[in-house]
Amino acid sequence: MAENGIVIKPMDQFIVKPLFGGDMVSWYTPTNVTLWMALTVLAATAMMVYGSRGRAVVPTRAQSVAELTYSFIYKMVEDVAGRDAVRFFPYIMTVFLFVLFANLLGLIPFAFTTTSHIAVTAVLALTVFISVTALGFILHGTKFLKLFWVDSAPLPLRPVLALIEVISYFVRPVSHSIRLAGAMMAGHAVAKVFAGFAAALGAAFFLPILAVTALYALELLVAVIQAYVFTILTCVYLKDALHPAH
Amino acid sequence: MADPAQDAVGMPQLDFTTFPNQIFWLIVAMIALYLILSRVALPQISAVLADRRGAITNDIAAAEEAKQKAAAAEEAYHKALANARAEAGRIVDQARAEIQQELDVQMAKAEAEIAARSAESEKRIREIRESAMDMVAEVAKDTTREVLGVFDVKADARTVNAAVTARLKQGGTA
Repeated sequence: MAENGIVIKPMDQFIVKPLFGGDMVSWYTPTNVTLWMALTVLAATAMMVYGSRGRAVVPTRAQSVAELTYSFIYKMVEDVAGRDAVRFFPYIMTVFLFVLFANLLGLIPFAFTTTSHIAVTAVLALTVFISVTALGFILHGTKFLKLFWVDSAPLPLRPVLALIEVISYFVRPVSHSIRLAGAMMAGHAVAKVFAGFAAALGAAFFLPILAVTALYALELLVAVIQAYVFTILTCVYLKDALHPAH
Repeated sequence: MADPAQDAVGMPQLDFTTFPNQIFWLIVAMIALYLILSRVALPQISAVLADRRGAITNDIAAAEEAKQKAAAAEEAYHKALANARAEAGRIVDQARAEIQQELDVQMAKAEAEIAARSAESEKRIREIRESAMDMVAEVAKDTTREVLGVFDVKADARTVNAAVTARLKQGGTA
């Protein structure tokens, strides 16, 4: 690819770089990860705090957006995980807003998508997995293990089902994290590849540009849907911890 | 950037040397966002939502109350109307009864007067008739006496009177 001077490097956008020069990325170095996570927190704060600062009974448009988001996630927690899950609502809201804004800000050209990194999504998913498992044992003790013992199945099948249930339980954080990171990474990489084609194709440049435009609309949808999926799966796992019976 | 060391080798996602950095900043960001949301944003929004729900509930209650008041007012109006109608009917009946009573009294009075007057008239007529009869008897006696005197028939007054009276009685009834 280098011979015509145009090099497509679709994965360069995911490189973690120190913000203030240098090559060393130690655990505390301010990097592009720091910058884009800070912007994510700022954007979420802007929507949720600044938007609803008027506290109007008849909301403005910005306040309405904040309230609709609040009600949407609140209802999701209540419907999926049950009424007693409402005490975890602030954390679920945090996860949703973080993933949503990280995904959306990642769509800005030259942006760094924090949620395209498995390190980030794995920590988010493992936090959910570990706290949900711990919560299950704290609330129900060993009865939490009934989650894996399907009482409604015929007795000979139960050990087999239990094995399958245990495997699927431990696969949860993997699928939970890889789904999000994979979707983000793939979309951004493909967009970059198409953009590189636009530079390489010369006169036919408009074809990849059309493709990138269409892809971009799709990515916008994916960004929102992946945030939604990540949140609703968190609620589903939380439901298992609160109500382990099948 | 052009520096080959900065080019991605394989997937930057699998460059484990950046993991501590990403995880550290992720935890910082999540804690910051969690604190902002749980301390400021969510209480603020839930307060607004509760306020709105309260306002809506109050307004609905007020509307319900107003509706009930309107219904009560309508009922009172209808009741007042019915009362007024009944009162009007009663007044009309009363007036009619009073007039009837007055009329009856007046009629009775008039009838009594008429009866009294006709009785008096009859009485006077009878008196006149009686006095006329007396005068007829007087005139007849005088005339008889004069006639007897002209014919030189001596007759005492008593006999003449008796004869005239007897004759008159006969003729009066005849």
